[in-house]
Amino acid sequence: MSQINKTTYYTLISPEHRLCDLKLKEVITYRELIVLFASKELRTRYKQTILGPLWLIIAPLMTSIMHMIVFGTIAGIGTEGMPKILFYLAGNSLWEFFSGVFTRCTQTFSGNAHLFGKVYFPRLTVPFSYILLSSFEFSVQFLIIIALCFWFSLHGFSFPYAGWLLIPLLLIWLGLLAMGLGIIVASLTTKYRDLNVLVRFGVQLWMYATPIVYPLSVLKENSLRSWVLINPVTAPAELFRMWVLGVGSISASSVVVSLTLTVISILAGMMIFNRIERSFMDTI
Amino acid sequence: MDRQIMINAEHLKKRYRLGEIGSTTLQHELQSWWAEKRGREDPNQKIGNDRTGTFYALDDVSFQVHRGETVGLIGANGAGKSTLLKILCRITAPTEGRAELYGRITSMLEIGTGFHGEMTGRENIFMNGAILGMKRSEINDRLEEIIEFSEVRDFIDTPVKRYSSGMYTKLGFSVAAHLDSEIMIMDEVLAVGDAAFQNKCIARMRTAAAEEGRTVLYVSHNMNQIRQLCRRCIVLGHGTLIYDGDTEHAIEHYLGQYRSDKPRKQYSPVRPVWLEDHSMRVQYADYPLKDNVFFYGDESVRVRIGFDVYADIRNLCLRVEIRSANESRIGTYFFYDLCNCLAGESKEITVEWSLSAYTDGTFFAGYTFFTRSENGVNHNLDYVEGLTFLHAESTPSKKLAWESNWGFLELSGGRVIDLRTVEKHGAE
Repeated sequence: MSQINKTTYYTLISPEHRLCDLKLKEVITYRELIVLFASKELRTRYKQTILGPLWLIIAPLMTSIMHMIVFGTIAGIGTEGMPKILFYLAGNSLWEFFSGVFTRCTQTFSGNAHLFGKVYFPRLTVPFSYILLSSFEFSVQFLIIIALCFWFSLHGFSFPYAGWLLIPLLLIWLGLLAMGLGIIVASLTTKYRDLNVLVRFGVQLWMYATPIVYPLSVLKENSLRSWVLINPVTAPAELFRMWVLGVGSISASSVVVSLTLTVISILAGMMIFNRIERSFMDTI
Repeated sequence: MDRQIMINAEHLKKRYRLGEIGSTTLQHELQSWWAEKRGREDPNQKIGNDRTGTFYALDDVSFQVHRGETVGLIGANGAGKSTLLKILCRITAPTEGRAELYGRITSMLEIGTGFHGEMTGRENIFMNGAILGMKRSEINDRLEEIIEFSEVRDFIDTPVKRYSSGMYTKLGFSVAAHLDSEIMIMDEVLAVGDAAFQNKCIARMRTAAAEEGRTVLYVSHNMNQIRQLCRRCIVLGHGTLIYDGDTEHAIEHYLGQYRSDKPRKQYSPVRPVWLEDHSMRVQYADYPLKDNVFFYGDESVRVRIGFDVYADIRNLCLRVEIRSANESRIGTYFFYDLCNCLAGESKEITVEWSLSAYTDGTFFAGYTFFTRSENGVNHNLDYVEGLTFLHAESTPSKKLAWESNWGFLELSGGRVIDLRTVEKHGAE
């Protein structure tokens, strides 16, 4: 019989809650669960569909073609000399990643109420698994971008291939930002259901406040530009195109703003999340 | 045997606010806040619902559980059992008090938590195991054992949505039962599996407790399972701890708190709406010379019922309808043509019936006074919910331990007519 080590497995249950305790140690212990949650979602999502995982590619491709027609051709917004399809696909993949993590995280409590009500595990594993899941989806789409880049490089375009190595950093940055904001909203939705409605169209509007369907450079020095620069997703979006395609303009101040907001939102998010998590079963 | 404490609960309380909470919208919240700020009445406050109206689902519960103990947790619906388990499993936080757990916990508030219908049995073992806190390597080590115990080896690579509910339960229990934990907390999880599997699970938990020194906290409404598994029981009622100790006494306490546990009842004139006749009303009922509702062995239940008559009644009859603790209708006693009654009389009748055919358990009775028309049609005069009675220590002539699917009565009147050898087979 194994000797029970008191110090290893001691748990204290009490009404008090330390706000600064992020419980990250526990999340690390359950890291396998993060992977399992993500793989479960991937494995079960495409059961009983005809095209299966192909949808991962079809959806952003269709959106990009649509954007190409509406914004590129009809509205005539420039793409900084890049092939239109590549410009829009890059923007859309990144936005899909951000909005995917964000929207999923806002559903953390309402979508898992059944599970949360029956068994304890560190709840933060769920939003982390959403980052992993969206990263995987993004990687698949990134393969298309790589393929297109090679195609266009045969036709006289050149790309900063070394910049591609920095993409994972960008994913972590954007993923944490999306998760931080997402779990703040998730914590609030346990009490205020109407935030769900706000999230649904808010994300769509947010995309237009981010240089996704237009390059930042089309905005002249005016108040509109400074508003777009405050948007924390602007800097990662521009950096992404800069690193992948070699086009874009970015100011140091917007990078600083975005990084600061990322740190604040992820820390505040986890604090609020951990606090709500203790009693949300009573209110949901 | 060392007496190492595994669970130490001190003054646990869980308060819930009465009325509707949580599903408010931001608009309502702002309205309430604005009203409060301006000193007006809250427009969203429920009428007659005090804002401070709260109730304690759990009220000052303290207990300790030691290593290797199997403790049953029993109580009527709403007694606070689930709330207590949820606090110990860290699904919700207590309002006051604290609990200390000295070990890893396997919580089985539900079987197969996190199972996904599209995934195979094998995939779900890993999923479920991980949710319960097991590492992949640990599950791999136990995989054979889990599959063997679950009895679903042939279907282990089939999606669980094709499983029957029994197979689902078996697989779910197997995963949880093979976790490397020191404390197992289970909420009525064996309700689905067949009898053979239930026994296997109970045996497994007993082994876990006796040989591996694991601590088991088990909630059930099935007293037979509680008896088989637990030496000690905690009885909860209305959020407080009523009894903590030996299982048999605990079960008596639990059954005794059913409805009226007193041997006497006084009736108000309030009756169900369907009762249209007002010619008489029962005033009281009691078990004469008894101060509890326990009846042992062959003892008969003797009931005295007092009633007032408001209109002349010819050929008054009484019937006593018996129900089991789970509200099954068992049978009815009839007492025909008791008397003719005159308006203004107060009468008292005493009847009795034998319990020799009854199994152990709690029984409810309903007393109905009625008359019959010429062609035997029933006409109800008055009905009241009668006194509860508990039967224990059924006569030793019953040579078997009674099983619940045999019902509540050992029927009499059956006999053997003939038994003989018709033919001899060659097997000698």
